[in-house]
Amino acid sequence: MTIHPGSAHRELTGLLDTDAIRKDFPVLQRLLHDGQPLVYLDNAATSQKPQQVLDALNTYYEQHNANVHRGVHVLAEEATALYEGARDKVAAFINAPSRDEVIFTKNASESLNLVANMLGWADEPYRVDSDAEVVITEMEHHSNIVPWQLLSQRTGAKLKWFGLTDDGRLDLSNIEQLITEKTKVVSFVLVSNILGTVNPVEAIVRRAQDVGALVVIDASQAAPHMVVDVQALGADFVAFTGHKMLGPTGIGVLWGRHELLEDLPPFLGGGEMIETVSMSSSTYAPAPHKFEAGTPPIAQAIGLGAAIDYLNGIGMDAVAAHEHAITRYAVERLLEVPDLRIIGPRTADDRGAAISFTLGDIHPHDVGQVLDEQGIAVRVGHHCARPVCLRYGIPATTRASFYLYSTPAEVDALIDGLHHVRSFFGAG
Amino acid sequence: MKLDSMYQEIILDHYRNPHGKGLREGDAEVHHVNPTCGDEITLRVKLDGAVVTDVSYESQGCSISQASASVLNDLVVGKSVGDAQKVQEAFLELMQSKGQSEGDEEVLEDAVAFSGVSKYPARVKCALLSWMAWKDATAQALAQRPE
Repeated sequence: MTIHPGSAHRELTGLLDTDAIRKDFPVLQRLLHDGQPLVYLDNAATSQKPQQVLDALNTYYEQHNANVHRGVHVLAEEATALYEGARDKVAAFINAPSRDEVIFTKNASESLNLVANMLGWADEPYRVDSDAEVVITEMEHHSNIVPWQLLSQRTGAKLKWFGLTDDGRLDLSNIEQLITEKTKVVSFVLVSNILGTVNPVEAIVRRAQDVGALVVIDASQAAPHMVVDVQALGADFVAFTGHKMLGPTGIGVLWGRHELLEDLPPFLGGGEMIETVSMSSSTYAPAPHKFEAGTPPIAQAIGLGAAIDYLNGIGMDAVAAHEHAITRYAVERLLEVPDLRIIGPRTADDRGAAISFTLGDIHPHDVGQVLDEQGIAVRVGHHCARPVCLRYGIPATTRASFYLYSTPAEVDALIDGLHHVRSFFGAG
Repeated sequence: MKLDSMYQEIILDHYRNPHGKGLREGDAEVHHVNPTCGDEITLRVKLDGAVVTDVSYESQGCSISQASASVLNDLVVGKSVGDAQKVQEAFLELMQSKGQSEGDEEVLEDAVAFSGVSKYPARVKCALLSWMAWKDATAQALAQRPE
């Protein structure tokens, strides 16, 4: 790995001890393509997993495996305690007022679909029907667009959205026309997975509350990287996923305000979510179980709990400070590369650690392929946010995204790699 | 370097100077996308009797998908529909070979350069985009013919 000449790294403040952290991540020791160290810059797609999380998964299956909330035997009680213990950890991590407000799902997409379906089937005053309006933004991940499109198509509700400014921010200039008395729900991303933008929560929440609309926040790219305090956000629902925050795949979270979860109807029916069942009707368990039909992702929830322990051990403020320093350095150095255009904010202010860019007219697929040959993993494509690509008139981007184990030397490797891409395709 | 087996000079040449690009009159038009990466092609086929007289297209995408469309134009224009379909089948077989086939140069000509791409599962769809669009457009052009 090339080290950037000069003292640029020493000027970076707030960096974590990545030498120590990286030892916890087995996959980061891998060599690719005949001895190239892995430079993993695809953290916005999924994070790598520390040994502590892998051990939690293994220990669960080796020592405690049983189904939860049923059975009186030792393993069943241990599995239940571990699963519900994970819920406690999530609740504390996001400062939820109550553990019963934490619903386990399989991912953030399911969490958002769950909210949309609750509201579609709800009674007044929450019901989204043909008189209602739903407001999203143009920078949403498809998982926060398509569920609302489906809801609108099925109910006749009108779907509206905030546009974007040229520098990758939300255009709030027409907020009063967008969020009106007719608005039933406003759903937006806290940190964009493609632009990296951190959105101004307070302004949107205040307007939504003024008109009595519910607020849903997609925190998938926020929960892994910064303090997410659901009470401070002022939202009604917050969704995120475990695998982007050091946890396993197959586990997501929906946090919802207690009184809403009490009033809103279930979506999936099945075991675990009931109180009593007869052949003609059923009554439902209280939240969160009302929304967790069937055997839940037990090991995955426990793995997420272990991931949260790991993050807490470092501290989310420290993680955020590290990523801010890396992001600032990466933005600076990327802008040195000829023909490189950052799609999104060109500073590290109010920006997360996912940085999208184009490189002249070299297609992102080709950029990613040549980087891969050098052991550098980035994401290429539209990042499940195709409307953003349309907005900026580009077919796709290359995205480098950093995490708590990312180093300045990896930024340097990326920059060297991009110079190589340019020369490979005859641009440099 | 392994990468050179994918980005052969012949592929980069087609990418930089695509043959037959641009939309011209056709008997059928299709629009195909690769949803995982956003590559797109609009492709028209013109037939005269049993002969493919033109394949015209507008496309955006990576070097592999662009070069592949250019090679497609070279290989099928002027051939009978039957012969062109044989080339298409040979190309599909090559791309599904996972690097095990070098391709028959008699049939595939420049397209044998794509044998290296077949080692990269994520890129096979890039190479096949225009060929699948052509297959679809040709089927439509044949179907709408009065018998």
